[in-house]
Amino acid sequence: MALPLPTPNADSRPYWDAAQQGRLVVQHCAACGTVQAVPRGCCGNCQSPALEWRDSALRGTVASFSVVHRGPTAAFRNSTPYVLALIDVAGGVRLMLNIIGPGPDEVQIGEEVEITFEPRGEAGFQMPQARRITA
Amino acid sequence: MTTRKQHTARITGVADTAMGELPGSTAMGLHAEATTAALKDAGLTAADIDGVLCGYSMTMPHLMLSSVFCEYYGLRPSFNTAIQAGGATACIMLANAVALVESGACRHVLCVTGDNRLTGMTRDGAVAALASVGHPEFEQPYGMSVPAAYALVAQAYLHQYGISRDELSAISVAARAHAALHPKAYKRDPLSLADVANSRVIASPLRLLDCCLISDGGAAVIVSAADAARDTRKPVRVLGSGQGHTHEHIMAAPSLTDFGCKTSSAMAFDQAGVTAAEIDVAEIYDSFTITLLTELESIGFFEKGEAGKAALAGDISLGGRLPVNTHGGLMSYGHSGAAGGAFHIVEAAHQLRGEADARQVAGAGLAFVHGDGGILSAHCSLVLGQE
Repeated sequence: MALPLPTPNADSRPYWDAAQQGRLVVQHCAACGTVQAVPRGCCGNCQSPALEWRDSALRGTVASFSVVHRGPTAAFRNSTPYVLALIDVAGGVRLMLNIIGPGPDEVQIGEEVEITFEPRGEAGFQMPQARRITA
Repeated sequence: MTTRKQHTARITGVADTAMGELPGSTAMGLHAEATTAALKDAGLTAADIDGVLCGYSMTMPHLMLSSVFCEYYGLRPSFNTAIQAGGATACIMLANAVALVESGACRHVLCVTGDNRLTGMTRDGAVAALASVGHPEFEQPYGMSVPAAYALVAQAYLHQYGISRDELSAISVAARAHAALHPKAYKRDPLSLADVANSRVIASPLRLLDCCLISDGGAAVIVSAADAARDTRKPVRVLGSGQGHTHEHIMAAPSLTDFGCKTSSAMAFDQAGVTAAEIDVAEIYDSFTITLLTELESIGFFEKGEAGKAALAGDISLGGRLPVNTHGGLMSYGHSGAAGGAFHIVEAAHQLRGEADARQVAGAGLAFVHGDGGILSAHCSLVLGQE
């Protein structure tokens, strides 16, 4: 069974479109300067609709993580163990990502990671992910 | 914070059904069984009920569950609706019932919940359905389950306070010892710190015995106006209530160590005119060990990083400084969705009435009840007292 793909909507499409180009973008409020992770039609701080998309540097730090041994669906149960993490990305928002690549279960809170893009499904939909900086 | 006038509503009837694996049960049947028992407990009849609040069911998802139940049971109330706030549902239903009777809209409001989520669906189905609290685009595609989301909170907590495995496990062990004293509890066999530490990892650092049960069961609570409560059997006072809402998705939580229970409990204590130190018994939502640990500290019953040590020292057990979850909680008594949070209310009422049998906290005059929904997202606190 295949891992699920996000279904972009009018709020989120620019985020996923950017991911297909290897870019991570975050919403920035032109009125109050707040940046927000989950894309919306208004600012979650001041409710202004004046939102702009800005590119984030592809770096972040681990705010928390868990090595998951029991997945919620058949697709994820076939992928265990995997690392679920909250990553504070350089653009100023917190994202939920998987930590992929070598040694994911040796990760520590506060560790710096790079944001990478992992193809998923037959069409190779690019999912933002985090990778440990091992070098 | 402006002090609100103390509540006047009474809890006049409480009941829960049998708990655990109940083959042949249905969501509506459990609602009905709990309602009949709560009416009997109050000394009321179905005709006395003029307000009905239902929660939600996973085995019977419906847009109008409260209407379905009223038809099933034969109620034609003048106020009727369903409330969905995950694990906070029961406490939020009660807070709404209080507002209804205090505004004069209703005299006797029935709050009823129940689900046969153990025998009525597969365990995998239940785990998958619960994961839908995760964001459909930004969390679920990364494999977030509810235990994994709470594990993120637990990992952050362990990183900050460096507590031992046993301090976390002590929460489960204390609950099981209480459940052993309750004839209806789903899990009553003895549990040791080693059992918890050796159970399999679900999502690190959480292990199987850090997690709540999945059970069939139902519960009903009747809330009455002060004057309408006079001819009921043994009313309990609602003194204060409060809510706190900071996020739905854990990726959007403003903090991983402080949550809305801080605000909700402060509101409830303020309205009741009491402090945390005056509470005799606490029944607090305990979906995972980390849930209870962070809530005990956020609410102010224990200092940050200290609740695990307190649990290990017996402080939250019967005879301790603050007996918590005297029925065994969601980890040992049972967890039937929206009804899971209602079991805490039922137990608090039993304690305040002196009807908790072997689990009775001597001289329990003030009880604190708390529910949380989502990933520590929606919080509702209640302070209850003796009539």
